[in-house]
Amino acid sequence: MYGWLWRHLPGPAPVRAAILTVAALAVLAACFLWVFPAIAPFMPFNDTTVGEG
Amino acid sequence: MSVATPTRSNPRHSRSSTSSRGHTTAFGILGVLGELLITVGVLLLAFLVWQLWWTDVVGNRAQAEIVQELDWDVAPTAPTPDATEGPTEPVGPVVAAPRRDEPPVAAEPDHATTFATIRVPRWAGEPERPISQGVERESVLDVLGIGHYPGTAMPGAVGNFAMAGHRTTYAKPFNRVAELQTGDPLVVRTAETWYVYRVTSTEVVTPAQTEVVAPVPGDPGAAPTERFITLTTCHPMFSARERFIVHGTLDYWAPVADGIPAELVGGA
Repeated sequence: MYGWLWRHLPGPAPVRAAILTVAALAVLAACFLWVFPAIAPFMPFNDTTVGEG
Repeated sequence: MSVATPTRSNPRHSRSSTSSRGHTTAFGILGVLGELLITVGVLLLAFLVWQLWWTDVVGNRAQAEIVQELDWDVAPTAPTPDATEGPTEPVGPVVAAPRRDEPPVAAEPDHATTFATIRVPRWAGEPERPISQGVERESVLDVLGIGHYPGTAMPGAVGNFAMAGHRTTYAKPFNRVAELQTGDPLVVRTAETWYVYRVTSTEVVTPAQTEVVAPVPGDPGAAPTERFITLTTCHPMFSARERFIVHGTLDYWAPVADGIPAELVGGA
């Protein structure tokens, strides 16, 4: 998977590594901003109230 | 991956290459599967970092901002300056005289409105935390901090001023709840009034035991005559199995214009 990605990226090795680093950071940022906040309510901890909890 | 290379370089129609191609495909699938599993593992670690650290960073910043934006009058910090008096006048916070008559009680605000703050001297180092209306996670507890159970008493009122807050994650306002001891002050402030409660008991209950937030804690049917305070949070930490409950009663109240409660002098 990553090998395929590596072979299909343009440019010399440093450029490919840079592209992959930026892509990885972008994925991480998207997770922190949108994905993790969206799935956090389904995690089985963090309930603090009595009643509906 | 290197295992994929033979597939491309081998001639297609030789007999031996058929079985080798089968192996290569199998290894290729295994390789992709392995890479996927590693990726999932890394993302799970990232989720933990986000949940256990980043929500605290964001939450602390947001809650400090909320307290600051309340922009309430600051309690007088020095005696009324009297130029004719010498330097004998000590400069320092004015301690408000405790009042035990009928305290002012505000009406319940709209959902997600911040109407009070709490400071707990026992939790030295913890900032002043905002208290907002409602105990929904998405709109209150995860973003505004401590939430007030709708329908329970407001600060100072006869009944039970009940609040919920995170013990871990999202700035964890009730993180140190287990440190509280009987008699510890819980200092609640609204725009114009201090309400100093004192801890009377702590307990661990199941999430279904709603009687802890009843007007008389533990006695749902009874008509209240006292002014209670109740904090609820999760227990054990990082679990939703039980709830840690702190009960207290109102000790006294004081107008903010009179100074600050003695409990907040010297730190907090």
